[in-house]
Amino acid sequence: MSKKRIATVWLDGCSGCHMSFLDMDERLVEVFQQADLVYSPLVDLKEFPEEVDITLVEGAVSSEEDLHKIRMVRERTKILVAFGDCAVTGNVPSMRNPFGTNAVLQRAYLENVTLHPQVPREVIPALIEKARPVHEVVKVDVFIPGCPPSAETIFLALSDLLADRMPDMAKLTRFGA
Amino acid sequence: MNQPVRVKTLKIDGRDVSGREDETILEVARQNGIFIPTLCNLEGLTPIGACRLCLVEIKGVSRLLPACVTRVEEGMEVYTQSERLQKYRRMVLELLFSERNHICSVCVVNGHCELQSMAQILGMTHVSVPYRFPRLPVDASHERFVVDHNRCILCTRCVRVCDEIEGAHTWDVMGRGIDSRVITDLNQPWGESETCTSCGKCVNVCPTGALFEKGKPVSERLKKRQFLPYLTMMREERR
Repeated sequence: MSKKRIATVWLDGCSGCHMSFLDMDERLVEVFQQADLVYSPLVDLKEFPEEVDITLVEGAVSSEEDLHKIRMVRERTKILVAFGDCAVTGNVPSMRNPFGTNAVLQRAYLENVTLHPQVPREVIPALIEKARPVHEVVKVDVFIPGCPPSAETIFLALSDLLADRMPDMAKLTRFGA
Repeated sequence: MNQPVRVKTLKIDGRDVSGREDETILEVARQNGIFIPTLCNLEGLTPIGACRLCLVEIKGVSRLLPACVTRVEEGMEVYTQSERLQKYRRMVLELLFSERNHICSVCVVNGHCELQSMAQILGMTHVSVPYRFPRLPVDASHERFVVDHNRCILCTRCVRVCDEIEGAHTWDVMGRGIDSRVITDLNQPWGESETCTSCGKCVNVCPTGALFEKGKPVSERLKKRQFLPYLTMMREERR
């Protein structure tokens, strides 16, 4: 049996979900006996590869870059997993939405800055109008709520997915868990 | 002279059950250990059928009826768990989540919120309609309590407990439809309310983090509801 190809992606989130992923500790060995990690912020690869079986997406879709990335990831992935509350609900990144992007940039880069206050327009990707949950942008196959989902939750979900089963997430986790 | 109590027999999910003629489907279901989800309902307050989570199917009736305000009838056949009902209940929850800013991870009642736990009980893992992200105020003008409209689901438990149990009627609802909002007095800041007795009953019956007490760690923000059936019982005995 050939190994499954797993990837993880980090959009607008705090990386807490990836930390929780690492918290699987010795069970990571078990996971990677059945799968290869072909792309992740945890490994040093620049290009998101073709034909990935399972991709975990942490974070909301917040910038032009996130938009570009998630569309490409969707095209190259069989099972796309919204991984954690930011990806599932928008969560903390979406708290800027009621105020609008301009007000947030003003606050962060102009009002609270004493030295050369300026809104960055180069290098840093431009924010889109609202931070969105992933499934509002592309089709999502599995939702793992939690802030962050526990290592146990991630392990059980991955075990099911690697065995070609759909995990019953409501039994394992909830929003804000 | 007291009328004799009439008993109605009916079926809920195929089980033979019976209840007094003045009891609702929800009451009889609960007496028999049959789970029907609710959010606006709270024992001790007048049921109003607002949240629609307790909708049930009744044989021979084309509409779905809310179990909390529908009286039992002889020969009724009630179904509480059909696929259609599960789908509608999840949809109700999704709409509630999408209407305001329920960010569970940073909520003062994360871990003991009825909306949050109901989502888990009913297997709702995401919201399929677009979030609205409205801009809503937080009123912290009261000495001890805060109202955060971002978390309010308009169940009106606060309105009912304040009116029916405390007798102050500080709380009410203003606006229409999706713009509705709970208000204190005539939409004045809570801290300036002349009718509020600061009893805290509204805070304790609130199912979410919309009403909470200041200066307490999240772990101590459990809502205390025991007082409600107790107060009701004492009053009925005196009557």
